[in-house]
Amino acid sequence: MARMNVNPTRMELKKLKARLKTAQRGHKLLKDKTDEMVRRFSAIIRQTKNLRDEVEEDVVKVLRQFSLARGFMSRKDIELAFSMPSVSVELECASVNVLNVEIPKLSLKETRGGSKYPYSFVDVTSEADFAVELAGKVMIKLLQLAELEKATAMLADEIEKSKRRVNALEYVMIPDIEETIRYISMKLDENERSGLTRLMKVKSMIEEKNV
Amino acid sequence: MKGKMAIIGNGDSVLVFKSAGMDAFCAEEKESARHLLKDLAKEYQVIFLTDVLAKDMEDTLSEYAAKTYPIILTLPSMNGSNGYGYEQLKKQSERALGIDILFQEKNDN
Repeated sequence: MARMNVNPTRMELKKLKARLKTAQRGHKLLKDKTDEMVRRFSAIIRQTKNLRDEVEEDVVKVLRQFSLARGFMSRKDIELAFSMPSVSVELECASVNVLNVEIPKLSLKETRGGSKYPYSFVDVTSEADFAVELAGKVMIKLLQLAELEKATAMLADEIEKSKRRVNALEYVMIPDIEETIRYISMKLDENERSGLTRLMKVKSMIEEKNV
Repeated sequence: MKGKMAIIGNGDSVLVFKSAGMDAFCAEEKESARHLLKDLAKEYQVIFLTDVLAKDMEDTLSEYAAKTYPIILTLPSMNGSNGYGYEQLKKQSERALGIDILFQEKNDN
């Protein structure tokens, strides 16, 4: 451990002691924060994985169904049929502060148009109806997954950062300060002792002269 | 704050999500997908991206990782998942906890 470059005075000693106290308090707080984040993270990541399992399955289903529908129709017709959405979806984006991490919060407001499907039934096969219905159903899950996955990513980032801070405090900052405090108090003691011996020496010299 | 959703896919199979209220875009290879994503990120809050494309543009995705919005979510494409989404989860678990708590149990069996 490296000793800090300071003058061995009482003033510095006092300052360092105050810094040590702050560092120890900060270390404790940060450690608590990290522990809590890790606890939340492990809960969230399991949830995310389960949701992802469901979503992946559903999305593949939707896309397969749609490609089946596409097979029955010409490319031009499909593009025409799907170019206008009938449902206008309103997405509300907000964020919540969890342990100083800004986690997104999404909510979906669906305002349905007149018909459930964005096209007239004349030009489109029933295969496409299924695909559209499935897609509508999967939306809520998709947004939940988006929210959760972002939360895991951000928490993971934050945990990494605060772990690094905790380690820096624990293994560098605090030992350094402690070592410097020890150095200064030794130096001060040494000065006191040498002053004392000098006094004793002078006193005995004076006594010798007087005799 | 009001948000908008977009989906970027390889192939026009993502058109189906247009009916669910998203804006759909197609990109066949990673360069065009990258440009598209950069443009969309300014305007949309939630962007879905098929994992085939996501796999090749990890560096671009990581630029958005630290921000709350936009949220970029990878989805499997029509041919099924290529495991990119799970890979990311695994990576995050390793980063945060030091071990992978999700898939490790499976490998033991």
